[in-house]
Amino acid sequence: MPHDPPETESPSHGAHVGHLDDFHTPLTYWQTLEIAVRELLIEKGITTGAEIAAAIDSMDRRSPADGARLIAKAWIDDRFRRKLLADGSAAMTEFGLNPAGLRLLAVENTPGIHNVIVCTLCSCYPRNLLGLPPDWYKERAYRSRLVRTPRVVLAEFGLELPAETTVRVHDSTADMRYIVIPQRPAGTTDMTEDELAGLVTRDSMIGVSRASSPRGFRE
Amino acid sequence: MTVANPKPADRVRVRADSPPGHVRTPWYLRGKTGIVERCLGPTLNPEQLAYGLPANSVKLYRVRFTMAEIWGEYCEAPNDTLDAEVFSHWLELEETGRAS
Repeated sequence: MPHDPPETESPSHGAHVGHLDDFHTPLTYWQTLEIAVRELLIEKGITTGAEIAAAIDSMDRRSPADGARLIAKAWIDDRFRRKLLADGSAAMTEFGLNPAGLRLLAVENTPGIHNVIVCTLCSCYPRNLLGLPPDWYKERAYRSRLVRTPRVVLAEFGLELPAETTVRVHDSTADMRYIVIPQRPAGTTDMTEDELAGLVTRDSMIGVSRASSPRGFRE
Repeated sequence: MTVANPKPADRVRVRADSPPGHVRTPWYLRGKTGIVERCLGPTLNPEQLAYGLPANSVKLYRVRFTMAEIWGEYCEAPNDTLDAEVFSHWLELEETGRAS
């Protein structure tokens, strides 16, 4: 096997295989506090371990699929698109999704305007619609650089925008949560709403990429 | 002059203050001038909510800034914009023509 590294020379092999760093670092102050509060809440009968596990499971199961269906609907139904732009949460309700307190604001990409979302203060994200945010969305690099040099950051995501396109960065500093309505790709005239939803990626709804082109489509 | 009651398209300036505590006005926008993009209605003041205090009702606005206004000559593209939500008590009317 000529491609296998010699076992003795690789520091990453051996005892460390399968272990992540956080198993080896002490708990932070906040981690300790969280464990203490959680154990107290369970001990006093205010909640149970099963309830906490169920809540985590329900958070983890959310995905960008609902957001993608919402965008596909806006692409094929102009009345709905206008409603989504005017009152995002009301449009969610009409579509059969529960906003659950989410104040949704939709911003629309056009040939002349590209929108992209960030939360510089923390990591606000429309989790009801898009699921858990990607790790990079929460990192300081994305949060600090997107507001300063959005075009460079977007290029790093593979999205090079022409100079004549205006970039609009949206910093979710308070109560609103944002979703980008990406431009509907060319070559999709005959596609069904479900097929269109398959082209709407998580990243396109954050604004760091375009919606996917249909398979086999050439400009 | 704070406690502006701005309307869409009004020019507003973000207070250049640095009070202690939980504040949701980003540093990089303090002292910067922008245009009210839309009014988002009343909400509770997060500076009080964060400490479990009874919170005042404050109005929330979306304000649009140009990159030139925020970053000056070092900006990437002067006409690109940044929109942020700013609470009313952080805004001053740029022109004093209209009373709040």
